[in-house]
Amino acid sequence: MAKLPLEGVRVVEVCPIWAGPFACMLLADWGAEVIRVESRYHFPVYTRGVLARPPIQLAEQTPSGYAAYCLEGYDPQKALNQFVLFNAHARNKLGMTVDLRRPEGKDIFKRLVKVSDIVIESQSPRVMEELELTYDVLKEVNPSLIMVSLPAFGQTGPYKYYRALGAHQEGFVGHTYLRGYADRDLTNNVTLYQTDETGGATCAFAALMALHKRRRTGEGMYVDMSQSEATISILAQAVMDYTMNGRVTERMGNRDYHGAIQGCYRCWGRDDWVCITINSEEEWDGFVRALGEPQWAADDKFSDHVLRLKNHDELDRHIEAWTRQHEKYEVMHLLQAEGVPAGPVLDERDAYTDPHMRERGFFQELTHADCGTHLYPGLPWRMSKTPNEVKRPPVRFGEHNEYVYKQVIGVSDEEYQFLEKEGHIGTHYIPEMF
Amino acid sequence: MAEQVLSDVKVLDVTQHIAGPYCTKLLADYGAEVIKVERPGQGDPARRLGPFYGDEPHPEKSGLFAYLNTNKKGITLNLESEWGKRQFKELVKDVDILVENFPPRVMPGLGLDYSVLEQINPRLVMTSISDFGQSGPYRDYKASEIIIYGMGGAMFCNGLPEEAPLKKGLTVTLFQGGVMAVVATMMAFLLARESGSGQHVDVSLYETQMGTIDRRMSQLIVYQYNKAVTYRADPSVRRMFPFGIYPCDDGHFELAAVGNLWPAVGRMMDMPELIEDPRFSNIIAQMTPGHRDQFDEIWYPWIIERTKKEIVTKGQEGGALCGPLATMEEVVNDPHFNARNYFREIEHPVIGKVTYPGPPINSGSLPWEIRSAAPLLGQYNEEVYGRLGYSREDLVALKGQGLI
Repeated sequence: MAKLPLEGVRVVEVCPIWAGPFACMLLADWGAEVIRVESRYHFPVYTRGVLARPPIQLAEQTPSGYAAYCLEGYDPQKALNQFVLFNAHARNKLGMTVDLRRPEGKDIFKRLVKVSDIVIESQSPRVMEELELTYDVLKEVNPSLIMVSLPAFGQTGPYKYYRALGAHQEGFVGHTYLRGYADRDLTNNVTLYQTDETGGATCAFAALMALHKRRRTGEGMYVDMSQSEATISILAQAVMDYTMNGRVTERMGNRDYHGAIQGCYRCWGRDDWVCITINSEEEWDGFVRALGEPQWAADDKFSDHVLRLKNHDELDRHIEAWTRQHEKYEVMHLLQAEGVPAGPVLDERDAYTDPHMRERGFFQELTHADCGTHLYPGLPWRMSKTPNEVKRPPVRFGEHNEYVYKQVIGVSDEEYQFLEKEGHIGTHYIPEMF
Repeated sequence: MAEQVLSDVKVLDVTQHIAGPYCTKLLADYGAEVIKVERPGQGDPARRLGPFYGDEPHPEKSGLFAYLNTNKKGITLNLESEWGKRQFKELVKDVDILVENFPPRVMPGLGLDYSVLEQINPRLVMTSISDFGQSGPYRDYKASEIIIYGMGGAMFCNGLPEEAPLKKGLTVTLFQGGVMAVVATMMAFLLARESGSGQHVDVSLYETQMGTIDRRMSQLIVYQYNKAVTYRADPSVRRMFPFGIYPCDDGHFELAAVGNLWPAVGRMMDMPELIEDPRFSNIIAQMTPGHRDQFDEIWYPWIIERTKKEIVTKGQEGGALCGPLATMEEVVNDPHFNARNYFREIEHPVIGKVTYPGPPINSGSLPWEIRSAAPLLGQYNEEVYGRLGYSREDLVALKGQGLI
């Protein structure tokens, strides 16, 4: 098989959840050896669960959503490896444990950094400072190190030490205010994690640019970036309308910011929906043809784009009266046949059976020791000469301790036993603490 | 001018609208030379999308286009003409990366598919960004931002149970596709620099959502684990508290202090007695029926008479995870982002000097610089065609023929 783009690159991941691990996953997918560093003495809530060993009654309360457990074979002792929020971005990685607060733990970490290329950390800035494992310290052991910090707000500025999940950062950057039903107040908005998605992917780009520079010059670097700034950059229309015209953009529900006719309409079925966008006169004509040229469509109120926008609410009622009579996939095919953009809203069940996803082989079967054999979402893009697939299931806590300590860091058997006895090495959180 | 990290990278850009141009903007703003090819006459359709400077619809006044195309050298070229194809191939010879986001049939239809272009330049990385990818039954279907999110993303569970699923704000899903595409492109580029061999990168916006982190992957996996679909849920029905979006005196804020973060609530409200209160102080207690109402009776009177800034400041001091629901006016004037010099003023020949979103990676070690504002239509024809050996007189003739 052809060499993957990042083969030979070793990445150390010191991250809780989402943004940082997503960045590292993208690198791991394409060949980097990503080593996730965790501690048996620190249980970050939501990273590997809501509790270290939640009773089954608690796990059973949430069978769906993102903060859920694999209930098949559920075991409080294994729950840290059965938490879906974690498993979503843990594929293709190796895992080790070490207590970074103690001197011998710091020493192990530095020895790992010495033989690695990139460190990615998405902690609050106080964490690496308190551990005395900042870039200034780490570059002493590895002068060509690349280190990317991806906190909420960056290493400088008044919010440097602010604590915020993606949901709270999203508020700071304005996205939460920009989404939601136009006719309801903002407390109806559900919690989203846009800054994780955007910050994580942007972080992978930063690491790759730094790698490019290192290959040219031999020099490493420290990258100070923030999830929130990466996300303001994708809210450009609202920023520019404010700076150019002094206008504060308000939420528009499912309407199109750029003025197409658009909505999400109920279809035949229990909770079935289709999204439709009509951009042009040509697409409107196609839409009318697909509906069999109904009489209402000939009304003056809908005779040009401006009128259709003015009468959008009424138009929506006509559209939905039609979509309600059809299944969501049927609506897509009928409209697409006439050149009109349309697509069903897919729940998880639909996603796995979608013919397009199946033909492209997007989902992949993986076997996880504590969760069994299941399909998982696969790689988000293809490369023609480096065919690729997910190679490892989500990493379990401390799963590769022996390999990382002995093969990567070069720890002797004796030292390994000592570190194990001291509690650094293990496959679970310290029982007396959690 | 500082040496930028991608100064040695050359890109040919035949993208339009949002996802493709954001991908090449990221390359351009970190130093790459990007030659952007536009259709003669009309140019990139993003020129017709708002917001417009002074609300005047004008192809050189689109704030969206001006933002997405900084640092690019814009030329016009009719790719349907034989002459245009020849020039395009000439340009391909000299670049590391080609990015296009036409519908998948277009480049092969023009005879400009990867198998042709790699003969001209074996180290070429060609990234094709499309709605559904270069293969599969929906390949030639049309999509939009909401359709990509509705099919690929976690839209089904976004919104209220009895209402239609909701999209995200603005066009974030398309921008996200642009970020994913630049990551894929950089990987292929790094490998090409190492091995001398480029390749074709197929980025499907549908898959960038299906394989993304904002809840979708978790929920796809939990369906496999527990055969449970995640439905829309009313956010006011909280299992644990405080969690989610709350009203306050001047707007709204979002806050989480559940589980072992609970003591933050007592600290932020200056009510230390709450810290040990057995009704609230652990997850099991919080999930006991009736306890949420008891908490709300204490919580709402306190939040409703305070501003979002006061609450977020107190919350952060107390150790809660929280943030205001800021309007764009508040974001642009935010002291933190301004202290970090995030927003940048850019001078554009028609729009003038205006503040733009700045570096998504705001780090001195990866200099982000505006070397030139977004191009006027065909602004760089003279420079770029000059390199290919055409004189100013030649350009006049070519324009007359509709070739540029």
